[in-house]
Amino acid sequence: MKNKNSFWEFFASVKLALFCFFTLAIASILGTIIPQGKESIFYIQKYGEGVAEVFRLLDVPNMYSSWWFVSLLSLFSINLIVCSIERLPTVWKLVTMDNLATKVNRLEKMTPRMQFGTAKPLQEVAVEVEQTLNNSGWKPSRRETDGGTLFFSQKTPWVRFGVYIVHFSILVIFAGAIIGTFFGYKGSIMARERSTFSQFFKFPDNARQPLGFDIRVNEFELTHYDTGAPKEYRSDLTVIDNGQEVLHKSIVVNDPLDYKGYTFYQASYQASDEYWVTIQNQNTGLSRTFQARPGVELKWPEAGITFGIINLMDPDQWGRYRLKIWFSDGKGEPSVFWLDGETVVSVERLDAPYAFKSKQVFATGLQVAKDPGVWPVYIGCTLMLIGLIVAFFLSHKRLWIYIKEDENKTKILVTGSTNKNKAGFENMFDALIEKLEDNENLKLSKE
Amino acid sequence: MDSSKLLGITTFIYLFSSVIYLIIFIFRVKKIGLLATVLTIIGLLVNTAGIGMRWLESYQMGIGHAPLSNMYESLVFFAWSIVLLYIFVEFIYKNKVIGAFALPFAFVSMAYASLSPQFSDRITPLVPALQSNWLIAHVFTCFIGYAAFAVACGTGIMYLVKSRDKGDSPNSLLATLPPLKVIDDITHKVILFGFIWLSAGIISGAVWANSAWGTYWSWDPKETWSLITWFIYASALHARFTRGWGGKRIAWISILGFLAVVFTYYGVNFLLSGLHSYGAS
Repeated sequence: MKNKNSFWEFFASVKLALFCFFTLAIASILGTIIPQGKESIFYIQKYGEGVAEVFRLLDVPNMYSSWWFVSLLSLFSINLIVCSIERLPTVWKLVTMDNLATKVNRLEKMTPRMQFGTAKPLQEVAVEVEQTLNNSGWKPSRRETDGGTLFFSQKTPWVRFGVYIVHFSILVIFAGAIIGTFFGYKGSIMARERSTFSQFFKFPDNARQPLGFDIRVNEFELTHYDTGAPKEYRSDLTVIDNGQEVLHKSIVVNDPLDYKGYTFYQASYQASDEYWVTIQNQNTGLSRTFQARPGVELKWPEAGITFGIINLMDPDQWGRYRLKIWFSDGKGEPSVFWLDGETVVSVERLDAPYAFKSKQVFATGLQVAKDPGVWPVYIGCTLMLIGLIVAFFLSHKRLWIYIKEDENKTKILVTGSTNKNKAGFENMFDALIEKLEDNENLKLSKE
Repeated sequence: MDSSKLLGITTFIYLFSSVIYLIIFIFRVKKIGLLATVLTIIGLLVNTAGIGMRWLESYQMGIGHAPLSNMYESLVFFAWSIVLLYIFVEFIYKNKVIGAFALPFAFVSMAYASLSPQFSDRITPLVPALQSNWLIAHVFTCFIGYAAFAVACGTGIMYLVKSRDKGDSPNSLLATLPPLKVIDDITHKVILFGFIWLSAGIISGAVWANSAWGTYWSWDPKETWSLITWFIYASALHARFTRGWGGKRIAWISILGFLAVVFTYYGVNFLLSGLHSYGAS
């Protein structure tokens, strides 16, 4: 036996578990009431200098990662580990124990219990009992003991580990969280359309984190419902690794891009006051896209073109806008016309017709994460659900049948036990009893 | 027949069911037991049809999505979950008095959804954050859990009411309630059931958050409050399994736990800000 001391017992106790639940719950409530992660000036203004100082000392503004909250979680983990070490050997014994060694006088005290007698000889009865058990889904083992024959059968003894699977799953989730904290990155990047980035800014200190590859933002597209509510934020991304375009994906919220352990999430966007204006000479097919700012003249020297946005109607809540374009190809009077967002306008010139289209310039806000701890967390979550179902809804059922010759008669004792769902077990037990009673070859009578 | 009509009818059926169950409880009119059950099942069917119709209507509007996207829709689904679970409990325990403590929750949920000026019953399109297959899994698991905790709260109240009965008058009102041991057993089993679904709800939320934002846990108030609720029920289970807690103490915890559920579900949206803000409309 382990030399138990009160220190060990304290860490193994359910009392400590209840204490952890209680304090973690209370602390968590505080964290939802006191806004987290604000500047220190916020707390001074809201709660006064004295309270703000106490908050600062106790790291309340970042409570969930404070030393004392992490200590509480650690205490909870130690509690889980010690209590499992303390109890597992007992459970292991229960699961692996030799149930055929159970003393008959113990069986005679268990409930539910039924006793029968029959005139048939023991050997014949044993054969019938074994067959009935097999037919009812109880695969028995058998031993000659105490001058009689003992059959034993059990169902799902391993379910006694269910609660420890749940405890273990919590530790696996914590392990995943720790891995994520030490080996993962979280951050963000705001990147303009048609730009390429190779790094992002880490939380919370905004330090630059190189990716080791490039990502080009081809396009950002914002669409609206008829109501004006946003329907979709879509960023079209290309991954460029070692100068090669290796991956292309349009990401939306809920559908990120994965590459080399990094995941890029659609998080936000910024609209600029500039527009992409594409001009195409419809005779030659030549086309070029300009990044145009209202009031700034642009040139396409090879084509002898000068143009600019001389007026505009800003985007409304559906993102609809109009640009007034001034355009000259150096031949004849300049053209002045309205170009609606996302439409193509054709302008007839002396030399050739020109097609115009435009799109507002956006920057897309991407959340970047690399978290090698996610898989342990998911495995832990799966284990937890399996463990809960096992611990709550499955039971370890045991069944003994002891047959003994006694004064020209054969006596039969049927008994069993379960660790939960007694009512369900009793139904199973009764069904088995009925089968034994109905067995014509046994001719049982109740005793 | 459009969905709002069907859901309006549902509200009335749940009201009548509640009244009949209360009559069974208070006046011990056992004869109308079948009527209560049949009416409740009809209510559940109309409720189901209403939800299904609303789903269909959203597709006809070209903004098809499961009707689980705002406070109105979630209250309707909450009522649906409670009644489904209650019928299951009634079927297992063959006791109709429990209905007097369960159906009113469903009625209040439906009535609040329809009558509160705060919530619109208009079908609105999904914001990008909610456009995910996880929406159904997450809301479904959470609400089955919440419904279980509502029923457990009902049986917990029932236990406390019954435990005032000194047993001196066998004809008293409280004698119609099931024996204390049975009520305690129902409360416990329903909490076990709810605990699994709450865990699944928290986990599906974490997986969804990770696929949408890259963080499976961010201590957002809703997440935190769901965890607080989880702690409360976890305490109840540990106290019962290892210290033999039962009876009044578990009954009180079932009520406290449900208050935490209500705050997680409802209070957080209005009193605390966070990632689940779309639930507030």
